Amino acid sequence: MYAEQKTHLLKALAKNVRYDGRKALEYRPITVEYGVSGSAEGSARVKVGGTEVLAGVKMEIGKPYPDTPDQGNMMVNAELIPLSNPAFESGPPGQQATELARVVDRAIRESKAIDVKKLVILPGEKVWGVNIDIVTINDEGNLLDASCLAAMAALKNARLPKLNEDNAIDYDAEPTKEKLPLSREPVEITIIKVGDKFFVDPLSDEEKLIEGRLTVAITEKGTICAMQKGGTAPFSAEEIDKMVEIAQTLAPTLRKAL
Amino acid sequence: MVKDKEIVVPGETIATGISFLPGKGAYRDNDKIVAQRLGIVSIDGKVIKLIPLAGKYIPKLKDRVVGMVIDVLMTGWRLEFNSPYSAVMTLKDATSEFIPRGVDLTQYYALGDYVVCQIVNVTSQKLIDVSMKGPGLRKLRGGRIIEVNSQKVPRIIGKDGSMVSMVKQATNCDVIVGQNGWIWIDGEPENEVVAVKAIKKIEEDAHLSGLTDKMAVWLEKETGVKVNPAAAPPAEEQATEEHPHHFGGSQ
Repeated sequence: MYAEQKTHLLKALAKNVRYDGRKALEYRPITVEYGVSGSAEGSARVKVGGTEVLAGVKMEIGKPYPDTPDQGNMMVNAELIPLSNPAFESGPPGQQATELARVVDRAIRESKAIDVKKLVILPGEKVWGVNIDIVTINDEGNLLDASCLAAMAALKNARLPKLNEDNAIDYDAEPTKEKLPLSREPVEITIIKVGDKFFVDPLSDEEKLIEGRLTVAITEKGTICAMQKGGTAPFSAEEIDKMVEIAQTLAPTLRKAL
Repeated sequence: MVKDKEIVVPGETIATGISFLPGKGAYRDNDKIVAQRLGIVSIDGKVIKLIPLAGKYIPKLKDRVVGMVIDVLMTGWRLEFNSPYSAVMTLKDATSEFIPRGVDLTQYYALGDYVVCQIVNVTSQKLIDVSMKGPGLRKLRGGRIIEVNSQKVPRIIGKDGSMVSMVKQATNCDVIVGQNGWIWIDGEPENEVVAVKAIKKIEEDAHLSGLTDKMAVWLEKETGVKVNPAAAPPAEEQATEEHPHHFGGSQ
């Protein structure tokens, strides 16, 4: 399917011209807006070209997991709103939404972006739970990278709510000025493979033609903390090396937007 | 009473009294003429009609559209074309070649193929038949598809195809505009980008008057190719030649 369009895209990529005139390894303009939601503890809106993603951080108090009594909890959820793309259906999250949430979760969890040990209120009994919710407003391609950026921006924007004497959240009081304990700042770069060409930040038209993709999460020190492979095309070891290299060079551009 | 060329929303009363007749996009409610959709009022004598500002493409007989194959049927293909309805292309209408019994139909048209075809039948239940028989109707090889608001298509084609000819001349790209708002573009990659930009600009500025001259200047600035809107040859390959809606005065 789409054999004709694939040949056409490859013809353009051979000249290093994308469908919107960019170069192959170039991102669309990225903007980050902080504190867009009044009811969430932290929130951000990220736009990558026409793609728009909203992320919110909601703090709750819960019990720690039995195997990690001295750590706070973290959870990422993603919802692909039907309004953002005609192909998205309402209802329980499907494959794409689950993957999106899991990949963002992995980047934040494995990079240890949140210092979960500082989220303990009473060891073994009461800890903070950080819920990150990702909502797509408009999908013009590359939701993965935009979502991770939005989640990180929302975490940076979050302020802990005030606790009362019973160690419960006091929603009537103003939230504290205390930020979430963040130790690292991962960003995700998805590299697309079509034919023998690599590019980043796909448009919707280009996303349809993807053969393989590799999402690489990189911290500010250049450490790779998570990866996700998608699509049907296999990668050789050299190809993966090349893709990781591309991700390393592009990570600072993305981080600059935060 | 709403003035000519004013924008109305659905349910808005355009005129009262029995001296007016409702045209396309308007209806009568007792002594009122009411708007059916979002659009610009056009009063022509006693008839009040609406030029819609947005909306999906509604299939019309003899329209040339760009469609995509979404299903291979027992005796034909099902096409999608940016409309609430899908169309069927039967074997008879698909090709002049002889198709042997039991042959794999995907060798003629496969899933995801784009074609430029003509609507040959529209029933009251909106069952659509399309045909590939006619000059310029063919399978679209290579190229890319962009989508525009189908209501702006007459503007993109221009009077006798003048606007699209200009874009083709300046960018040296092949362009086929379907009445359904799907446009096929094929050319050198960097030229295609300019062609897409030009078409998006026409779509955005569709309400302006004298757009052809403005686009001639814009295209010359972008490409360096001098285009003369008056001398542009008539586009034989265009989907349908239709006179543009004059949203704001004459061109």
